[in-house]
Amino acid sequence: MVDTDVRLGLSGSDLAIRDRQFKADVARLDESNLTPDTSAEFKALVDGGLGDEIVIAKRFRGQDFLTVKKERIVDILTVMRDDPECRFNLISDILGLDLLGFDREPRYEVVYSLYSIPHQKRIVVKAQVDEDDPSIDTASGVWIGAEWPEREIYDLFGITFVGHGDLRRIMMPDDWVGHPLRKDYPLGGEEVEFSHNVRDRVGAEDTPSPLF
Amino acid sequence: MGLETEAGFMTASLNKIVNWARRNSLWPATFGLACCAIEMMASTDSRFDMSRFGSEAFRASPRQADVMIVAGRVCKKMAPVLRQVYDQMPEPKWVIAMGDCASNGGVFNNYAVVQGVDQIVPVDIYVPGCPPSPDALIYAVMQLQKKVDNAVFSDRY
Repeated sequence: MVDTDVRLGLSGSDLAIRDRQFKADVARLDESNLTPDTSAEFKALVDGGLGDEIVIAKRFRGQDFLTVKKERIVDILTVMRDDPECRFNLISDILGLDLLGFDREPRYEVVYSLYSIPHQKRIVVKAQVDEDDPSIDTASGVWIGAEWPEREIYDLFGITFVGHGDLRRIMMPDDWVGHPLRKDYPLGGEEVEFSHNVRDRVGAEDTPSPLF
Repeated sequence: MGLETEAGFMTASLNKIVNWARRNSLWPATFGLACCAIEMMASTDSRFDMSRFGSEAFRASPRQADVMIVAGRVCKKMAPVLRQVYDQMPEPKWVIAMGDCASNGGVFNNYAVVQGVDQIVPVDIYVPGCPPSPDALIYAVMQLQKKVDNAVFSDRY
């Protein structure tokens, strides 16, 4: 039964994944790679000696995305904050991403959405976190506003932030077991009682359901 | 009831008088949790005016409230709080489960939402809707008033 499958965490049929892949392939037409000439942020990282950390750098429909390795993430984010061409002083949001089922290594990504108030521009920095060591250095030393989003990612994905002063659950109850937004976490809830699977209705075979 | 016009007094059964007083002064405890709270607020505004039905004061303190209108989805983290607020209400007390989420979990059939607030507190009236319109909530209050009319005094002191 589809309902039961979804509840047990087997969501995302092959067809849905292929559909997503197709749309991603089509969208790739609006994509272009960044170079130190076209992107001031890329240049700032290269000048800071962090050019090897960048895995992917692309511009998609006017928005810049930098995918980096996680090892020197604090240095990268500090350059993002302090470099005069960058000056990303607002940590707009930090997101977590679980790519299980998309055939991508590494499994998790921590996405930093940065905004520069002086320059009025946005950039997205994605740090790759693998499944075997789901931990990354905290960004709360760079922006204090990173504290609670990182707690949220820890709560829902289980990615630990090294050096975080107060890493505990923020959304789920304190004694909750598991990390709900991982792709292999079951949906939960209860099975909906339709007439075809209702448990013990007296004379269910003889009397028709009131709905049809 | 008997009405003595000259003497100026009337007789009635105590049950009827107590029920009449209770049904016409049901003061809700504010328990608006989510979107249904907006419709609950709308039902107290001038267009739908729930205070005509006696719900003049939405008491913030459960100690001074008669009915708890659970308006919105209850998460499992909020459930003990809900129960504690219900326990703090003095008898007689009633509960209206407003909306689909309070009645049976609504659209949120998942690990985080309690599938119906009747798993935690005894519910008297369920109001379907997502959200129920203010008319529906006022109708629910009217139905609760009918239920209070039929209450036997010695049951709930």
